[in-house]
Amino acid sequence: MSAAYDEKPLMNLTEEKVEISFKKESQVKEVWRRLKKDKLAMFGLTVIALMVVIALCAPLICPYDDAIKMNMRLKLALPSAKHWFGCDGYGRDLFARCLYGSRVSLTIGFATSFATLVIGSLLGAFVGYTGGKIDDLIMRSLDIFSAIPSTLFAMAVVAALGSGIVNICIAISLTRIPSFVRIVRSAVLGIADQEYIEAARAGGSSTMHILLRHVLPNAIGPLIVQTTANVSMMILSAATLSFLGLGINPPQPEWGALVSEAQEFLRRRPHLLIFPGSLICIASFSMSVLGDGLRDALDPRLRT
Amino acid sequence: MYRFVLKRLLLMIPIVVGVSFLIFTILNFIPGDPGSNLLGPGALQVDIDALNEELGYNKPFLQRYLLYMYNAVVHFDLGTSYATKKPVFDEIMGRLPVSLKVAFNAILFSLVFGIPLGVLSAVKQNSLVDRVSTGTALLLASQPGFLIGMILMLIFSLKLRWFPATGAASWKSYVMPMIALGLPYGGRQLRFTRSSMLETIRQDYVRTARAKGANERIAIWRHAMKNALMPVITVAGTSFGILIGGAIATETLFGLPGLGSFIVAGIKQKDIPVVTGGIIIFALIFSFVILAVDLSYAFVDPRIKAKYAGGGKR
Repeated sequence: MSAAYDEKPLMNLTEEKVEISFKKESQVKEVWRRLKKDKLAMFGLTVIALMVVIALCAPLICPYDDAIKMNMRLKLALPSAKHWFGCDGYGRDLFARCLYGSRVSLTIGFATSFATLVIGSLLGAFVGYTGGKIDDLIMRSLDIFSAIPSTLFAMAVVAALGSGIVNICIAISLTRIPSFVRIVRSAVLGIADQEYIEAARAGGSSTMHILLRHVLPNAIGPLIVQTTANVSMMILSAATLSFLGLGINPPQPEWGALVSEAQEFLRRRPHLLIFPGSLICIASFSMSVLGDGLRDALDPRLRT
Repeated sequence: MYRFVLKRLLLMIPIVVGVSFLIFTILNFIPGDPGSNLLGPGALQVDIDALNEELGYNKPFLQRYLLYMYNAVVHFDLGTSYATKKPVFDEIMGRLPVSLKVAFNAILFSLVFGIPLGVLSAVKQNSLVDRVSTGTALLLASQPGFLIGMILMLIFSLKLRWFPATGAASWKSYVMPMIALGLPYGGRQLRFTRSSMLETIRQDYVRTARAKGANERIAIWRHAMKNALMPVITVAGTSFGILIGGAIATETLFGLPGLGSFIVAGIKQKDIPVVTGGIIIFALIFSFVILAVDLSYAFVDPRIKAKYAGGGKR
């Protein structure tokens, strides 16, 4: 008898699951269908995908040694068949430096956006869902972060922790988390008093379960849009930090550091600026148009 | 209204205390003590200890923080720079005008081209003008100021020699920083103006204006414009607040003796009083700018003024 009792709800559960996953897939398809129509967004997606693939395949294109090996005979060499982007002030191949620099810059951009997404959405959903004094306390403490210029804050953190990719990631994630929390919180505020949340709570689900399974999936739109925008912003933040000389450890290449190195030879060798500069420009622009397209595709009502 | 302002001013106190404590704590983790940082690697331990004691660095962390805050609040004394041996407060006040000038010029420039083009692309939605200007705006908005600055420097000072590359000798020195910062912010202004304008054009009162026979120009300029521009002005005000402390890379690139580049130098030299003092002043200015923006909003929009002043009492 007990077996029969156990079986029935199980069957119901599987049925429900099939339905939910079907619905989700169709929604993803719907967004994808709308995104595909947006030519500019597709351009952005293609460029970013290409950049990621090229960055991943960097060791197949040329060895890392090319990016850091100095060769004074090639100092400030102009672009040629052998050195496509020319050579920098130490005779290092600029193409290899841009290539390996893109690994660093893109890693920082994606890793920090992901960290911000995870921490920011958990914290934002938590404060938006709980409300009350905890909400007040956390939001007021985040106001403190907003009052400090983000570049200066990131620089102070890097100065305290020391330079290097991981510490840059920590520093610039910290500067973006407060605004992310705010966005998630406002998205969650509208969801927290919906009936299905009440139902989940009445059913005895834990707060964590409600946040992860019911609250956050319903706020996914703003999360995706903001994360896409963050990638572009994080790449710029990291570039700014390295430009100011507080970031990655030389001789490791990074786009902002390459632009900074170009300063010295700006008059005689503008191509040292043009190549890494264009990469920053293209990557950030592609991410922005992709974010814009995603925003429109996720919520067609917002399309202007 | 006064109560609202008073409440906001009081709310600034925990913000500034929080900012100072946060920065003090972060800087405490900077490796090495100021004595050995200042005297260099070859110094004797006796000298290092003496210097640390002179700077008050031998005291425990919390005591140092409280002493610092006491001096800051009671005597307006933000400490003495390790590098220049001058009071930090004077140094900051000397550099503040440069930063204010840079930020103000940049925001003004961004509004001058952002607002008209934003309105134009909203009115002519989906036309060629709209597409070109919004595309360009997005491209500009996703550039770092230092990159645009270097391109400007390459063209206008190294090739054409119209403007000096670095320094702050005359008004000419401020032209390129203005454009380098104004272009990305202008791109953002343009996009924001456009979406705000589009939203307003669809409002009922604009439709009413058209329905009662006002021609398109009057419907746009008299009825839609003022309402659409208020959020735009808010964004401009906030951007101004951010730019006072956010123009760091551009200030450094053009060698402008502003506050941002001063603090960057402070961070690099581990000049803790400079960094702490500078960031506290920034936080104060930023809070005041935001308050001013909120108040001007209430001044322009009677609906918001009623919300501040009413409080459900009258």
